[in-house]
Amino acid sequence: MSTIYIDNKQYEVKAGKNLLEACLGLGIDLPYFCWHPALGSVGACRQCAVKVFKDENDTHGRLVMSCMESIRDGLHLSVSDKTAKAFRSQVIEWLMTNHPHDCPVCDEGGSCHLQDMTVMTGHDYRRYHYKKRTYTNQYLGPFIHHEMNRCIQCYRCVRYYHEYAGGKDLNVFAAHNHVYFGRERDGILESPFSGNLVEVCPTGVFTDKTLREHYTRKWDLTTAPSVCNHCSVGCNTIAGERYGQLRCITNRYNSQVNGYFLCDRGRFGYEFVNSANRITQPLIRNRTVEAVDEAVLMDHLRALLTNHTLIGIGSPRASMESNIALMQLVGKENFYQGISDNAVFVEKRIVEVMQSGVIKTASLHDIQQSDAIVILGEDLWNTAPVMALAVRQGVMKTAAHQALQNRAIAEWHDAAVKELVQQEKGFLANCTVSSSPLDEISSSVMHKAPEDLARLGFAIAQRLNMVLPVVQLNDDMSTPAAVIAAALQKAKRPVIISGAGYYNEALIRAAFDIAAACKATAEEVHLAYVMPECNSMGLAMMQASGFENAVLRTSRVNNVTAIVLENDLYRNVPAQIADVFFNNCQHCIVLDSLHNATTQHADVLIPAASFAEADGTLVNYEGRAQRFYQVFVPANKNMQESWKWLMKMQPVQTGSAVERSYHPEEVLAMGEQLLPRLSGITAVAPPRNFRVNGQPLPRAPHRYSGRTAMLSNLTVSEPKPKQDYDSPFTFTMEGYSGMPPSPLIPFFWSPGWNSNQAVNKYQEEPGGSLKNEHAGKLLFEYKQDATPVYFKDIPEAFMVRHEKWLLLPQYEVFGSEELSAYSKGISELSPSPYAALSQLDADPLSLVNGSLITVKIFEQVYELPVRINAAIPKGVMLMPAGLAGMPVMAWNSWVQIISIRL
Amino acid sequence: MERPLTQYIHPGCPPFDIREYEMTGGYSALQKVLKSMTPQEVQKLVQDSGLKGRGGAGFNTGMKWSFVPMGDSAPHPKYLIANADEMEPGTFKDRLLLEGNPHQLIEGMILAAYAIQADVSYIFLRWAYKKAAQLLRKSIHEAYAAGLLGKNILGSGFSLEMHLHTGVGRYMCGEETALLNALEGKRATPRAKPPFPQISGLYGKPTIVNNVETLCNLPHIVNNGAEWFKSLGNGSADSGTKLYGVSGKVNNPGCWELPMGVTVRELIEEHAGGMKNGYQLKGFLPGGASTDFLTAEHLDVKMDFASVTAAGSRLGTGTMVVMDDATCPVGFVHNLQHFFAQESCGWCTPCREGLPWVEKLLLSLEQGSGTTEDVELLQMHTQWLGPGNTFCALAPGAMEPLQSALKYFREDFEKHVALRRCPYQ
Amino acid sequence: MITQKINKDNITTSGDTAHYTEGLQEEQYLTDLERQAIDHEVALVPYKSAAVIEALKIVQHHRRWISDDSLNAIAAYLQMSPAEVDSVATFYNLIFRKPVGRHVILVCDSISCYVMKYGDIYKALQEKLHIKFGETTSDQCYTLLPNCCLGCCDHAPAMMIDNDLYKDVTVDMLDRILQKYS
Ligand SMILES: Cc1cc2nc3c(=O)[nH]c(=O)nc-3n(C[C@H](O)[C@H](O)[C@H](O)COP(=O)(O)O)c2cc1C
Ligand code: SF4
Ligand code: FES
Repeated sequence: MSTIYIDNKQYEVKAGKNLLEACLGLGIDLPYFCWHPALGSVGACRQCAVKVFKDENDTHGRLVMSCMESIRDGLHLSVSDKTAKAFRSQVIEWLMTNHPHDCPVCDEGGSCHLQDMTVMTGHDYRRYHYKKRTYTNQYLGPFIHHEMNRCIQCYRCVRYYHEYAGGKDLNVFAAHNHVYFGRERDGILESPFSGNLVEVCPTGVFTDKTLREHYTRKWDLTTAPSVCNHCSVGCNTIAGERYGQLRCITNRYNSQVNGYFLCDRGRFGYEFVNSANRITQPLIRNRTVEAVDEAVLMDHLRALLTNHTLIGIGSPRASMESNIALMQLVGKENFYQGISDNAVFVEKRIVEVMQSGVIKTASLHDIQQSDAIVILGEDLWNTAPVMALAVRQGVMKTAAHQALQNRAIAEWHDAAVKELVQQEKGFLANCTVSSSPLDEISSSVMHKAPEDLARLGFAIAQRLNMVLPVVQLNDDMSTPAAVIAAALQKAKRPVIISGAGYYNEALIRAAFDIAAACKATAEEVHLAYVMPECNSMGLAMMQASGFENAVLRTSRVNNVTAIVLENDLYRNVPAQIADVFFNNCQHCIVLDSLHNATTQHADVLIPAASFAEADGTLVNYEGRAQRFYQVFVPANKNMQESWKWLMKMQPVQTGSAVERSYHPEEVLAMGEQLLPRLSGITAVAPPRNFRVNGQPLPRAPHRYSGRTAMLSNLTVSEPKPKQDYDSPFTFTMEGYSGMPPSPLIPFFWSPGWNSNQAVNKYQEEPGGSLKNEHAGKLLFEYKQDATPVYFKDIPEAFMVRHEKWLLLPQYEVFGSEELSAYSKGISELSPSPYAALSQLDADPLSLVNGSLITVKIFEQVYELPVRINAAIPKGVMLMPAGLAGMPVMAWNSWVQIISIRL
Repeated sequence: MERPLTQYIHPGCPPFDIREYEMTGGYSALQKVLKSMTPQEVQKLVQDSGLKGRGGAGFNTGMKWSFVPMGDSAPHPKYLIANADEMEPGTFKDRLLLEGNPHQLIEGMILAAYAIQADVSYIFLRWAYKKAAQLLRKSIHEAYAAGLLGKNILGSGFSLEMHLHTGVGRYMCGEETALLNALEGKRATPRAKPPFPQISGLYGKPTIVNNVETLCNLPHIVNNGAEWFKSLGNGSADSGTKLYGVSGKVNNPGCWELPMGVTVRELIEEHAGGMKNGYQLKGFLPGGASTDFLTAEHLDVKMDFASVTAAGSRLGTGTMVVMDDATCPVGFVHNLQHFFAQESCGWCTPCREGLPWVEKLLLSLEQGSGTTEDVELLQMHTQWLGPGNTFCALAPGAMEPLQSALKYFREDFEKHVALRRCPYQ
Repeated sequence: MITQKINKDNITTSGDTAHYTEGLQEEQYLTDLERQAIDHEVALVPYKSAAVIEALKIVQHHRRWISDDSLNAIAAYLQMSPAEVDSVATFYNLIFRKPVGRHVILVCDSISCYVMKYGDIYKALQEKLHIKFGETTSDQCYTLLPNCCLGCCDHAPAMMIDNDLYKDVTVDMLDRILQKYS
């Protein structure tokens, strides 16, 4: 800690920071643009000027950029100094000379950092009388709208997109006051992290194009803290609604998971909520399909739920509450995970490993702090994009730490650090089946079949712990194994990452063995397993068996009523198997939010609320339970959380008449009863009756407009505000107007800070944890003295088969995930089906990119265009997983090419 | 009068090749240093000689070197760079040295490199100096062939590589940190100091950037000693000779090596042959486009660092631009500000946005639509675009002629407003 | 005063008609000579992208300007993205991202030449060639550009055509000078 004096007041601040960080951390308003806590300082915008004095007797002082000055013990500075203030307002005046003042038609208006800073500096009168410089804008794809005239040349966009996220197609062009930020030519931004430009750009140059389709000002949104449901990372989001439509997703900062950034799937994948394909009304299918109300539905269900064997099919994308409610309804022994046995087998192993408590789970924060990362058999870029971004930060930060050793250069001095680092990288071994953008920042890259990757993993573990069995590897693998092991041996905070993506259980074991072996030398070892969907981990922790077992059950019992929870089984198992299941069941009740192949089979179809209309809990890949809150009450009251429907079915089933409603925490408590390994999950969030100063928390900001007029076309009397019995929130602006505690932040706002930069005010220190941060509840407990039990059983090496290929999934950021694919932009960027092969396999068959091949998988035949990728190992064929309209493939089976059209 | 730097330069004649250069004592300083001096001794000698950088800032060269980490633990490679970008309007002194005696620069560079134990050296040459490029290429080649560059120079164990880099046009490239970015193949935007290039320069390694003229002095200092060098100053507080130039409407514009501290009068009246017939001296920029105006009342100011500063300007590059009484000061300054606005790299706000504003204000004055408020806005810019407020010295440099024009030629500005036209047209 | 409409294309790229050459193989595009020269520069720097300015100069030397195809070829050759290369290319005054004539006339417009009335030279050139600064004659012979100080202020006004420097230029001299390049 250092003592500094700001405007003659004494403060204790953390050493090693710069003055801007210190001031913001102390809650002092100081304007800035080019500095960003995740990007560091470069001193370009000159907005953050303060006066620094030699000592208390110095009255003259010196103007400095606070973001470029280190804290020194005893330093005197003034924020309110007249010259400093005048200069700051002058900087705004300069920026305004070319800024178009189009706030009324600008999407950034009302959440604009430039507006906030302009007001903060007091600049309000234009003295520049000349024509402004104008630019032409570029088409940047379906997500980002470009309006260059608004640019204030802070360079944040390039620094974020190019340097932080590694995107290559956005840059700065030209010089002097013609500098231009965009692409080399019009075109779709290539980085799957492009959406963060919207939040990184302090003005309206890069704005959310999807929001434009149904634009609403920030102050007119009703928002709630949410959790992304498009992968297992569980990024925290803020979801905003108006007029019953979900309008946008923005980042919800937290220090442990996503920090400042989301991926584009998470940010732009929300449009399924507004889809015309939504199920809005309970439907009963007899000879015809009939829409019914709740009473009729319940009446109808009575016959189906009683005197039948109930089988519950859970869902990796439904909340814990919904899965628990289903298990409660059908009984533990009748509950099945709605995923294939292969997946269950792998995920079960993951849960066991994590449950053993031998190794800590790796949060994204841990990954960013890691000094050596090994990825073993998971295509992070596509299955857990924000984790890939964290890996990149880990690699960059390690390089920075190494370069800064023995140098008197501050860590926040971004440009100077980059200059020292040059092209050095921290250690990353990316060992996967195929290539990914992570390869270029990897020290070790290996592309092999999953079995070989597992063997590599065991070999690395053996090199770290000689007691383990030796693995015979070819030269092309034994050298990398030695390199990786050596790097891990040196590492203080290694992270091992694997996942369920290839349905290969040996990978899970091998990753564990490496991590366990690292414990001998490292200070801290972390382990992460990527899971397929947003609540895969939660579902896996419920330890039910797989879908094929459910099918078996239904073939033995003939009066089955199946209840399928938010699950398109046709995406999880091959169609034949799903077909058998539906044939076997006497009745089938399906709860879901969108029509799909499974809902086609429903005798009773019940509309489930989407995440935006629901309260619930998801458990991310770390075993971190996080609560998402209902954003709005859907116009149609039949769209309710699945768990609410399921809880209502209970009295129907048991014949008891008592009707009472349940709240999420009660359902979770039931879960704790049913499944002791979920114990603690009720601590995921404050209880529903949580209040601050006796007041609930408003979802709408105090400027929210139109409350009395919004529905005046329907009724002239002001409708009664909707009540929320399940959470501490109200649906209006009434309630506690101060800063809510961390898991309950529906929007970031602070007086004078309308943009998302208000997050500074919510943090302990800029870029640090939120005040009283409560980042969910970790369900796996690290046991300090648990001794590792190594797995050791090493799989056979992968053997190429004659004229047969091992079929593996290729995940796609855009397209592989079910719900996000309903967003127009995401489906536009989703590839069409293909079969990818190694060059080595293509050449003998004279295949070129685009050749059509017909492949046979069991009895199914498909014709697909070929993509050749030199990185793919020989003998392996990759097909995109989960594309809309593409059937589920029998992954890990052997396929034949039966004909070729060149 | 001694003219060590230009003694063997005869404009119009080809410069010395390596043999001729050696015959006139060339590379003897290098021999001496490699045989009998430690790097620290060279640093000390140069520091003692009082050599100040000729690139404009006038910092003691030996002192500048002393911040380079030395010894076994120092990072390598270290770099020595000759700044031959010379793009300051009104400046044409390095050209004389480059075209007139390239080996002198090369020898100076090897000496400087030895003093800081650099491994690699670059000459950063502006593109327009085509002849210099050709000569330097040839001379570097000769020096390699003679074993004066490359591995184990003259058996001393000291090795140095030398490369010629020609720029692609940007005034910013002359700013030493922007120059480093340009050498790294990047946009030539400046870097924040600290860290100074001595600590983290080219590719993050210790680096010294010196002006061509600065480096050309080194062989002579080594050969003749610090005291000799000081004595060249001819009673001035500064050591050595200096290349001075005069351009504008004078009878004999040109560039001459003279003892530090000649008076402005001597320069203009004797060397430059006085003002052309019919023209009066109205003012002059003593050291290039980014120095403050001085006027006829300053004719007796000595052209050394301290004296010019005391007179309210800077010695800068020592090449003076003379403004005559038929040239409109507003137009003159507008031309300068147009240059600076164009050459701003676009990195920091005050420079990127302020200079074009200044340029537009001046243009509107010239065109007769300027107001009194516009003149105030110009004044305001000179205040805010000062040192420390901007990221590098470009904009503060640009403000120097403007602020002094407002001081000395205020009336002209006011006339433009009052007459609603340029009184010189 | 006219508003400039600044478009990424008119600061950098041009009326280049060549279509976007996706997946363009640099082997097919850069000549042996160009590649050798670039390889030489690459060998001198710690990593390829540090040679990008040199590569731009080399290709421009052979082709007069940097077309989109050239840009892409250089990018591919140095394992950079086109945006990274263009970011550097558009920063510098003398990398041409629009076609230029066979001869580039650079008229110094800086202070000493201003005092010595470069304006007269410019006016005369405009009349002779029928082009303004930034334009190319219709026969593609000349491109006329303003240029900052050529370092020859004692012989102002000055101008450069290609590699040749002209000092103390007067309007009378222009015909003779231009003849050499027609
Ligand atoms: C905008 C700008 C342009 C400059 N141009 C040059 C230049 O062309 N040549 C030069 O030697 N120094 C130039 N300098 C000064 C250099 O930054 C640096 O101080 C100098 O090269 C150091 O050499 P010295 O110590 O030998 O003087 C320039 C500085 C600025 C701010
Ligand atoms: S586009 Fe936005 S982020 Fe980029 S420089 Fe301009 S204002 Fe800054
Ligand atoms: S925030 Fe400090 S200079 Fe931009």
